[in-house]
Amino acid sequence: MVTAAVQAAREIAAAVPDPELPMVTLADLGILRDVAAEGEQLVVTITPTYSGCPALREIAHDLRYRLTQAGFTDVIVRTELAPAWTSDWITPEGRSKLRAAGIAPPSPARRRQVPPGPVPLTLTGTRREPVHCPRCGSGDTTQTAAFSATACKALFRCETCREPFEYVKDI
Amino acid sequence: MTEDEFAAYQSLAQDSDDHRWAFGTGFTDPLEGIDASVPDGVDAAALATYCLMLGDDALIYSHRLQQWMTRLPELEEETAIANIALDLLGQARMLLARAGLAEGAGRQEDRLAFFREENEFRNVRLVEALDADFAELTGRLLVFSAWRLALFGQLAGSRDPVLAAIAAKGVNELSYHRDYAAQWVIRLGDGTRLSHDKMQAALSTIWPLVDELFRADGVVAALPEVAAHPQAVRAEVDAVLDTVLARATLNRPDRAPMAAVAGKTGRDGVHTEAFGYILAELQSLARAHPDGTW
Repeated sequence: MVTAAVQAAREIAAAVPDPELPMVTLADLGILRDVAAEGEQLVVTITPTYSGCPALREIAHDLRYRLTQAGFTDVIVRTELAPAWTSDWITPEGRSKLRAAGIAPPSPARRRQVPPGPVPLTLTGTRREPVHCPRCGSGDTTQTAAFSATACKALFRCETCREPFEYVKDI
Repeated sequence: MTEDEFAAYQSLAQDSDDHRWAFGTGFTDPLEGIDASVPDGVDAAALATYCLMLGDDALIYSHRLQQWMTRLPELEEETAIANIALDLLGQARMLLARAGLAEGAGRQEDRLAFFREENEFRNVRLVEALDADFAELTGRLLVFSAWRLALFGQLAGSRDPVLAAIAAKGVNELSYHRDYAAQWVIRLGDGTRLSHDKMQAALSTIWPLVDELFRADGVVAALPEVAAHPQAVRAEVDAVLDTVLARATLNRPDRAPMAAVAGKTGRDGVHTEAFGYILAELQSLARAHPDGTW
C-alpha cells in the first residue's frame, strides 16, 4: 500500500468521533495509537481508556465502517494494552473541544514512582491543582462525586457560578 | 444543545447499521489482536489457573456490586459503584480471555464465566457474601481494592507481558476504587455514633475473610517472576488499612480467620453457601440458551 493511501487512512481514522464523547475524535483522546500498512492490509491500532470501556467495540466497528466506505477493503483493528492509556494523551485541541462542550479537561495525571511503588492514598477531596469551571473559568470548584455517567468522568460543582459540570478524570 | 454538539451526536449516526448498543450483540475477544503467546519457561497451565483466580475475583465481586444497583442511598453512589463494577468486569473479561488462551483448549471468556461449576471457580471467599448494608459494602470494597491494587502493582512487572499490561491498566482504576472506599469508611467511622458502630460491626463481619487473601498456594509457587507472592503484598495492604482505620477512629477487628475446609479455601474451589446463589443468577440465562446469539 502506498504512503499516500496510509496517510489518507490515518486522517479518516483520526476523525472518527468517540461514541461517548462525540465532541472529540479518537486522535484528540489519544486512543488511536497507529495506522499502518502490512502488505495489502490496513492495520489500525487502538487502546482502551478503561478496562471495561463498552465503547471500544463500537470504536473498532466505526473505524472499520468508515475506512471500508473510503475504499479500504482489508481493514484490521488491533487492541493494544501497553502502555496503559493516560488522560495526559488528550491533545490540546481535544482539551479545548471538551471545555467548549462544558466538560473540564483533566489535570496532569499522578505519576507513580519508578520503579513502581505503592500508590499513595487520597483521603480528602483536596486536589493538587484546582479544576477550573468550563463555563466561568473559576478555580473555586468542588468535587461532588468521584465517578459519573461514564467510566472516564467525575462530577464537580462550581462555587462561583454554581453550575454543576463533568470533569474528565486524570488517570 | 448547541448546533455543534448536535452535529457531533449526528455524526455518530452515520456509522450505524444493525449493531449499535444492542444488549449482548457480537462481543469480541477483549484481547483481539494481542500477542498471547506464553513466554519461554513459563508454566502455561499454572498461568491459566492464576489468571482464572484473578479473573474470578473480579467477575464475582463485580456481580455482587451490580446487585447493589437501584439500592444505593444516592445517585452519586449508584454511578460510583456501577463504574467500579464495570472496571472489574473489564478486568475479568481480559483475565478470563488470558486464562483461556494460556490453557490452549479453546475456552473463551463466556465459556469460562457461564459454564463452569462452583468447584471450578478460584475466587477468594471475601467476594461472595451479600453485603448486609452500606457499611459492609464500603468496608469490603476497601479491603478488596487495597489488596488488589497492591497485587496489581507487583504484577505490572510480571514476566507475562499480557498479565503485566492488564495489571498496569488495573492499577489506575483500582487507585480510584480504593480512594472512594477509604473516604466512605472514614466518613462513616468518624461520623455519628450510629454510623461508627455500624462501620465497626461491618469490619468485624468482613475480617475473618482477610487472612485468606495472603495464603500461599502451589500455583503461585509454580510461576516465579510471573505471579505475585500473596505474602509480599501483606505489609502494603496492612499499612493502608491501618492508616484508614486510624483516621476513621475504628479498631482493627480481632477475629479468627474463617476456617479452611479440609485445608481448602476459595482458591481451591471451596466456597461459602452464598456462592451457589451467585452462580444461579449469573449463569442461568446463558445455560438456558447455550451458545445463543442475538
